[in-house]
Amino acid sequence: MRRPSGIVQILRQFPLLAFAVLILFPFVMIFFAAFKTDAAVYMAPYNAPHPWSLAAFRTLFHGGQMFLYFRNSTIVTSSAIVLSIVLGSMMAYGLYRMGRFWGNLLWAVVSFGIMVPTQVNMVSLYIEFDKLNLLNSLFGLVIVDCTFLLPVTVFIVGGYLKTLPYGLLEAAQIDGASEWMLFLRIVTPLSGAAIATVAIFSLVMSWNDLLYPLLFIQSKGLQTLPLALLHFQGQYLTNYPALFAGVLISAIPIVILYVIFQRFFMEGLTAGSIKG
Amino acid sequence: MGKRLSILTFVLPGFLLYGIFFLVPTVSSLALSMTNWGATSKHIVFVGLKNFIEMIGSDTIFRSAVVDSLEFSITVVVFQTALALAFALLLVRNTRLNIMYRSIYFFPTIIASVSVAFIWQYMFDPTVGWVNHFLNIIGLSNLTQNWLGGQHIAIFSLAFIQFWMHTGQVMLLYIVGLQAIPRDLYEVGEIEGAGPWQRFRHITWPLLAPSAIIAVVYTTIQSFKVFDLVIATTNGGPGDATEVFPVYIYQEAFTNYQYGYAEAGAVLFLIMMILVTVIQFLIIGRRDVSV
Repeated sequence: MRRPSGIVQILRQFPLLAFAVLILFPFVMIFFAAFKTDAAVYMAPYNAPHPWSLAAFRTLFHGGQMFLYFRNSTIVTSSAIVLSIVLGSMMAYGLYRMGRFWGNLLWAVVSFGIMVPTQVNMVSLYIEFDKLNLLNSLFGLVIVDCTFLLPVTVFIVGGYLKTLPYGLLEAAQIDGASEWMLFLRIVTPLSGAAIATVAIFSLVMSWNDLLYPLLFIQSKGLQTLPLALLHFQGQYLTNYPALFAGVLISAIPIVILYVIFQRFFMEGLTAGSIKG
Repeated sequence: MGKRLSILTFVLPGFLLYGIFFLVPTVSSLALSMTNWGATSKHIVFVGLKNFIEMIGSDTIFRSAVVDSLEFSITVVVFQTALALAFALLLVRNTRLNIMYRSIYFFPTIIASVSVAFIWQYMFDPTVGWVNHFLNIIGLSNLTQNWLGGQHIAIFSLAFIQFWMHTGQVMLLYIVGLQAIPRDLYEVGEIEGAGPWQRFRHITWPLLAPSAIIAVVYTTIQSFKVFDLVIATTNGGPGDATEVFPVYIYQEAFTNYQYGYAEAGAVLFLIMMILVTVIQFLIIGRRDVSV
């Protein structure tokens, strides 16, 4: 294709720039608001903070609250990611190595989990959790997050396995390698890219999830960041500085990773967009 | 025999988890939807299709939830799939500037819906929000209003937030599809004397059909199940003006404690999602053939 001429280039930049401003401007505004005093938000709502105030952050960290929520989110997300990747890639490999009939049947059963939205199950899951005594525990959150992430993991890793040359496994098998050796020595190292994709998808989904903590967590000390934010809203009502200080703090790890690994984020969330 | 068994050990742990925490609740949703189970009922009684008949036949909140969900989804699908395609076409080349634009557009997708909800609550705020302020600046003061508090406008404000958050993601779905189209097709087209519009019409559009199907179906499903955004901004209000279907199910279960009735809603929700997907595949699939 030919390069578009100069005037076309300029016309093309206009909508692109406008949308970029539409995306970035609100972030700049909440960044400003987080560093204002509560009064300044109402007296000078459209200006940059003057002077920059850390009052909102002090409110949030008072008594170590924010550290606690941060810790809870980290525990749940990291455990769910590790567990779902280990179980999911094992499952993907198992389905791949199973006979055609059972492999395809189970594959279909797992695909069903990608189609069903989490809200369809929320009531019965709540009741099941109540019966199993899993309500109000971080362990329970890890379990549901992992279950939610599992079908996508199997789907993405399994899809990748199908592109691997089968001869590779056969050769190793003739040399006497067991299924576990095949999985650990050949399949796992080769599926690094697929696993990275899944890890990023899982990170975003689990870190940002509100539904399960909202359903399952009652005690304040076990809240994850999104749930804590929702409660700030009630607690501080329209104390925008505190709210946005919370938004900034909870977004920090994911934004830092995004800046470093943009490509993986885009691949992960696009590949996972069948769920999500 | 030993091989079979060792393969089973790979599948079993994950499948147990999936079975207990996905398959069991899904099946029990179906079963419970036909009971009267709730906080006020002493015994769980099988009531057949009563919940469904009552919900569809006479529940006005249910009807308004369906209407709200449709308004929200249709608005989002129209804007999000159309503008995402436009941006994808503009940004399909892997230049440095284009990659930067893509990263910016995609950025809101990684932020928690709760946070996005608060960001826009602030922007839409009638007294300190930028949206009204901006309208005043450009001389459109008569358009200023209470964006999230207005009975009629609130659902469209929510649709805008959803659009703002996810257009970049859908754009990427299109870009993946566009980049898979072989370059030489365009060169041949150009040699044959096809203009830009003709190239789009006869090369890009037909070959993009699979991505377009995924983009439309994905956007529809994603907008139908919007939940966090609504809970964190309007909580279904004002009145029940933004009480979309998933929020309706949640309220029936956890505010009104009508578990059986809420499960009937969940089953209807699932049926609706499956219907929407099938219909879209049929419509888009048929057009694909005629191109």
